[in-house]
Amino acid sequence: MMRLELVKRTHKSRLMSVLSPLLAVAATVVFAGVVFAAQGQNPFTGVWYFFLEPVSSLWGVEQLITKATPLIIIALGLSVCYLSNNWNIGAEGQLTIGAIVGSIPPILFPNFVNPIVLPLMLVMAMAGGALYAMIPAKLKTVFGTNEILTSLMLVYCANLFLDWMVRGPWRSPQGYNFPITIDFHEWAVLNPVSIGGVYVNLSAPIALILVAVLAVVMRSTLKGFEIRVLGQSPRAGTFAGFSNRRMTTFAFALSGALAGLAGMMVVMSEIGKLQPVISPGYGFTAIIVAFLGRLNPVGILIAGLVIASSYLGGEAIQTSLQMSSKLATVIQGVLLFFVLAADTLILYRVRIVAGREGESLHA
Amino acid sequence: MLEAILLTVVTAATPLLLAAIGELVVEKSGVLNLGVEGMMVMGAVAGFAVTITTGSPFLGVLGGAVAGVLVSLIFAFVTLTLVANQVASGLALTLFGLGLSGLIGESFVGQPGIKLQSLYIPGLTDLPFVGKLLFGQDILVYLSFASVFGVSWFLNRTRGGLILRAVGDNHASAHALGYPVIGVRYLAVMFGGAMAGLGGAYMSVAYTPLWVENMTAGRGWIALALVVFASWLPWRAVFGAYLFGTVTVLQFHAQALGIGFPSQFLSMLPYLATIVVLVAISGNRRATLFNTPASLGKPFVPDR
Repeated sequence: MMRLELVKRTHKSRLMSVLSPLLAVAATVVFAGVVFAAQGQNPFTGVWYFFLEPVSSLWGVEQLITKATPLIIIALGLSVCYLSNNWNIGAEGQLTIGAIVGSIPPILFPNFVNPIVLPLMLVMAMAGGALYAMIPAKLKTVFGTNEILTSLMLVYCANLFLDWMVRGPWRSPQGYNFPITIDFHEWAVLNPVSIGGVYVNLSAPIALILVAVLAVVMRSTLKGFEIRVLGQSPRAGTFAGFSNRRMTTFAFALSGALAGLAGMMVVMSEIGKLQPVISPGYGFTAIIVAFLGRLNPVGILIAGLVIASSYLGGEAIQTSLQMSSKLATVIQGVLLFFVLAADTLILYRVRIVAGREGESLHA
Repeated sequence: MLEAILLTVVTAATPLLLAAIGELVVEKSGVLNLGVEGMMVMGAVAGFAVTITTGSPFLGVLGGAVAGVLVSLIFAFVTLTLVANQVASGLALTLFGLGLSGLIGESFVGQPGIKLQSLYIPGLTDLPFVGKLLFGQDILVYLSFASVFGVSWFLNRTRGGLILRAVGDNHASAHALGYPVIGVRYLAVMFGGAMAGLGGAYMSVAYTPLWVENMTAGRGWIALALVVFASWLPWRAVFGAYLFGTVTVLQFHAQALGIGFPSQFLSMLPYLATIVVLVAISGNRRATLFNTPASLGKPFVPDR
C-alpha cells in the first residue's frame, strides 16, 4: 500500500510560498474540467466559459471589479484577525449590521440631501460593523468564550434583524408591500465613473488604497510586527509587552469596520435601498479570499479577483451551457481545500513511500 | 398539548444530539472538525435523494451517513495526512458541503419526500401520554440515545476508548507507545461524519420530508457549541440537545399563539441561547479544562 510521508523542511520554502496558491488554482481548474466532462460537456469549453469568457469583455471586467471589491475589503480585515489568531467568521453579520446603521441617514432623514451624507454613511457603517464585532471580541477577552461560534451565531441574528427592519419599521410606504425600504437619494448612492474607459464606482479605488495601507502597516510598522508575533506565539508577544486582549479587540474592530464598509458600498452601488438579502455571502467567501491570498494584502487583491471571476463564471455557464450556477460555490470550496493542502508544501516535503510499519489507515 | 410539545422537542433535539455525539468523539481524539454543518447538510441532501430514488427511507438514512463519511474523509486527508490548519479546513468543509448540497439538491426542490415511519408496538404505543413519547418514535431517535450509551461506554470502559483519549490528550506520547495516532483520528473523523450525516438525514427524511437549500440552518454549528457545553461528556450532550430542542420548539409555539412579538426575534432565540450557554460554560473554567482534550486542534506529524 502506498502512503504519503511528510518530511519537515529546515526552512520555509520561499519557492513554495509563491507556487502553492498557483498550484491550488491549477488543481482547481483541472477539477473543474473533470466536473464539466462528467456532466457531458467538453472540459475545455467549460473551463473557457467558467474562468475566461467572463473577463474577455470590458463589461465583464467591470463586473469582475464590482464583485471583487467587497471580497477584497472584507478579506483584508479577516487577514489581520487570522494572522493574530482571532477566528472571526461572522463578517457576513458585521456587513449586514454595518449596512443597516449606515442606511439611517437616507432612510430616516430622506430630506437631508447633502454631499456630506455619503461619507457620513460610510463612517456610520464602519462604526456599526465594528460595534457588532465587539460582541464576540468582548466575550472572548472577558469570558474566554470561543469567538468562532459566537461570531457565526451573530450572522443569523443580523440577517433576521435586517429581515425584520425591511418588513417592519423601515418598509417603504410606496413599495407595494414588498419588503424594501425607500430608495436612497442621489447623495446616498455610488454611481460608476469612467477611469480610462472602465466604469467603476468609488469602492474600487477605496479597496486599492486599503490594500496599499495594510501592506505598508504589515511590512514596516510596529503594529504589523505585533499582529504577527501575537499570532505566531502569544507568550513571546506578551514578553515583548504586547497584549493579546487588546489585539483581539483591535482585530475584530478592524475587520468589523471593513465588513461594514464593504456592505454599505454594495448597497449604495448595486441596490440603492435595503432589502432582506443584500449580500450573496461575501462575508463567507472572503474567508476563502483571505486564505488564497496567503493572508497577505497584495495576495488578497489577486485572490479577490480570482474568486470574483468564479461568481461570474457560475453565471456564464448557466447562460451558455445551461449548467447550474451553484457549481461556482462548489468550485470555491474545492479551491479552499486545495489552497490549504498546497500550503503543506511550504513547511514539508511530501514523499510517496511503499507502506511498511508505522501509521496505517486501519487502526 | 403538553404531549404534542414534548413530541416536537424530541424531533428538534435528535439531529443536534446525533451530530454532537459524533463531534464529541472527534474532539476526544484531538481533532477539531468545524465542518459539522457541511457534513450535516450533505447528509440531508443525500438522505432525501436516496429516499426518493429508492423509495426507502431506511436506505435514505443510510445514504445520509455514507455521504457524511465521504465528505469527512476529505477533511481527514487534508488535516491528518497533509497537516493543514484544522480550523480553516473545517470552514472549507462547511462551505464545500453547502455548495455541493445545493447543486445536488437543485432538482429535488419542491418534491415531496417519504417520511421515516415511527415505531408502533400495539399496546405500549397506545398508552396514554407516555405511549407515543417512549414507544412511538422513529428509529433514529432510539439510535441517538443508543449512541450516547455506546459512546459513553466506549470512551470510559474499553481499551479502544482509552487509546482514543490518549491520542487526544497527548499525541506524542501515544505515538511513542506505538498507537497509530493518525489511524485512530481517521476513524474518529469518519464516525463524526457518519453521525453528522445521520443528523442531516433525520432533518430531510424524518423531521420534514422535504429538501430545502441550507435546510440545516446552523444546526451543525449549534452541535459544535453543544460539545463545549457538554464539556465533552456524552450525557451532558443529551441535556444540551434537549434544552436547545425546547428553545426551538417554544419559538414555534410562541409564533403560533401570535404573541405580539416579531417572529424574526423569536427565530433568533436558538442562536442567542447558544451564545448565552457558551458564555456561561466559559465562566466555569475548571470543569471545562479538566475534560478538554489537551491536543485538541494541534497538528501531528509522526517522527520516524
